[in-house]
Amino acid sequence: MRAALTVFWKEVRENLRDRRTVINTLLTGPLMAPLMFVLVINAAITRELDKADKPLPVPVAGAAHAPNLLAALRRAGVEIKDAPADPERAVREQDADLVLRIPNDYDAAWSKGEPAQVELIYDQSQRDAQGSVARLRGLLDAYAQQTGALRLVARGVSPNLTRALVVAERDQSTAQARSGTLFGMLPYFFILGVFIGGMALAIDTTAGERERQSLEPLLVNPVGRGSILAGKLGATSAFAFTTLLLSIVAFSVAGRFLPTEKLGMSLELGPHFALLTLFAMLPLVVVLASLQTLAAAFARSFREAQTYLSLLMFVPVIPTLLLSLFPLKTQTWMYAVPLMGQQVVIMRLLRGDPIASSQLALCFACSALAALLACLVAAWVYRSERLAISA
Amino acid sequence: MIEVRDLHKAFGTVKAVDGVSFVARDGEITGLLGPNGAGKTTTLRMLYTLMRPDRGEVLVDGIDAAADAAAVRRRLGVLPDARGLYKRLSAYENIDYFARLQGIDADTRRRRIDALVAALDMGDIVERRTEGFSQGQRVKTAIARALVHDPRNVILDEPTNGLDVMATRAMRAFMLRLRSEGRCVLFSSHIMQEVGALCDRIVVIARGRVVADAAPEALRAQTGAATLEDAFVKIIGSEEGLAA
Repeated sequence: MRAALTVFWKEVRENLRDRRTVINTLLTGPLMAPLMFVLVINAAITRELDKADKPLPVPVAGAAHAPNLLAALRRAGVEIKDAPADPERAVREQDADLVLRIPNDYDAAWSKGEPAQVELIYDQSQRDAQGSVARLRGLLDAYAQQTGALRLVARGVSPNLTRALVVAERDQSTAQARSGTLFGMLPYFFILGVFIGGMALAIDTTAGERERQSLEPLLVNPVGRGSILAGKLGATSAFAFTTLLLSIVAFSVAGRFLPTEKLGMSLELGPHFALLTLFAMLPLVVVLASLQTLAAAFARSFREAQTYLSLLMFVPVIPTLLLSLFPLKTQTWMYAVPLMGQQVVIMRLLRGDPIASSQLALCFACSALAALLACLVAAWVYRSERLAISA
Repeated sequence: MIEVRDLHKAFGTVKAVDGVSFVARDGEITGLLGPNGAGKTTTLRMLYTLMRPDRGEVLVDGIDAAADAAAVRRRLGVLPDARGLYKRLSAYENIDYFARLQGIDADTRRRRIDALVAALDMGDIVERRTEGFSQGQRVKTAIARALVHDPRNVILDEPTNGLDVMATRAMRAFMLRLRSEGRCVLFSSHIMQEVGALCDRIVVIARGRVVADAAPEALRAQTGAATLEDAFVKIIGSEEGLAA
C-alpha cells in the first residue's frame, strides 16, 4: 500500500512538471470539447433564430410577370432582389442560396386559370440554404392555397370541399427531450475527455518508462508488481478524473450561455446533473485507465502506444453511434453495459427524465465490475516476464 | 554472498543460459566476463529476480530467490543494463523515489543519500533535473539509487559502458571501496583490462556456459598465455566473439 502511494505521488509529481501533459489534461481535454460544443450549438441556434425573424432576401428572375405574387411575398417579409444572369450557375457556385424564376408564360396560364408554374432553383445538399428554401416554399404554398380558395368562393363552392383531411400535429416531446436529441453527443464528449486526460500518463507510466529504460531498475525494487501497477493506474485515473471533473464544471457553466429557452427547450445543468454524472462516470474512469494502460503495456515504444490508444479511442464512439442510428427505447439492460449505461444515464439526466436509483446502481455496479476485471487483466499482463525487458 | 547453481534459461529454441554455476564471495570483486551475447545479462537478470530460471537455483546470503524474491531484492543493489532516469525529477528525487520503494524511513533516507552523494562526488548535480545529464552523471545517479538501501551484495551490469576515462577511473575506485566495505561485488564486462585490474575472481561465460572460473593470475597460468586477453581468446575458443 505504501509502495503504491509512493509510485502514485511520484507519477503525479513527475507528470505535473510536464507542461504538455498538464495542458492536455487540465485545459485541452476538459475545456475544448464543451466549449467547441457550446460554440457550434450556439451558432446553429442563433442562425435558425436569425433566419426566422429576418427578412428573407430572394433573387427573382422575371419579376415583371407576376406583380401580385411578388406583392404577397413582400407582405410576408420577403425582400425581392434582382436575379443573377445565370441563376443555375449562381446557385451551384453558392453565390445565391436560392433563386425564384417566373417563366414568360406565367401570365397567360394564370389568366386562363391553369396551374401557373414558378421555378425554385436551389441546392439540396446546401444545408445552409435549407431553411430559406423551406420558408419560401411555405409562402408560395400559402399563396397558392389562398388564391385557389378565393377562386372556389368566386364560383360559389366551399373551399372546404378540397380539404378532405386535416392533420393536426400534437408533439409529445417535452422541452428537455427536444434539447436532448440536440445534445446526444455530449456523453461522448465527457468520455473523450476522460480518455484524453488519462492518455499521457497511461503511455508515460508504461511504454514511456520502458522506452527511457527505467522500468527494469524500478522492478528490481522489493515491491510487488501489483503495488507498482496500482500506483500507476491510480495516477492515470486521477488525471482522467480531474479532466472529467473540469469538463463537467465547464459544461455546466458554458451550458448556461446557450439560448436554449428561445427554442422552447430547457437543460438540467444543476448540481444534481453534475453529481450524478460524476457518479456514473467514476467506474468508467478506472475502466478506461486500465484499458489504456493495458494497450500501452503491449507497445514497445511511445509512438506505438500512441497508435494503439488512438485506435482505442474509437471504442467509446460505438454506443453513441448505435444509439443515434437506432434510437432504441431505453431498457434496463442498457444500464448494465459499460459506456452505454453512462450514455443513457447522462442523456436522461440532461433531458430531465427520471432515473431509478436501482438503475443508477446497476450502471455503477456493472462498470465497477468491468473496472475490476480490466485491472486484473492489466495486473496479469504486468506480471509477465517480457514486460520488464527494455531492449 | 551470491551462489548460482546450474542456471538454465531458454528463449524459444535459443539456449541463452545453459548450466551456469559460480559463487561470488563477500569482500571480493567477481567479474563476469564474456563476449556479447554470451548470456551475461540474462544470468544477471535471473540473479536479481527479473527473470525466472527454467532450471537451477539462485541463493543470495543463503536465501532462495525462487522462494522469497522480495527478500533477495532487499539484499541486492542492482545497476542493470537499462539505467534510465526520470528526466523531470532531480537526481535527488530519483534516488529518493527508490529509497521510498525500499521502505526506508525519512531520516535514514536523508543520511544515506547525503553519504552516497559525497562518495560519488555528485554534490553539484544532485538538485538538478536529470534532463541533459552526461553519461557519467547519469551512471552516478543510477548507482546512488541502486545502493541507497545499503545492500550487502552489489550487481553491476557493464558499469563502465559509455564512460570516459575519468568517469571509468572513478567507477573503479568506487568498486574497490565497496569491496573494502566487505560487500560482495559482482559485475559484468567485456573489457579485459578492467576485469584484470579489479577482479579477485573471474568467471568466463561463453555460449551460455561457464568456461573458466579462477583468479586472474591463475587464468593466465592455466592457459599459458602472456596476457589476459590472449587467455580469454584461448578459453572461449575463437576470436569471433571479440569482434562483436
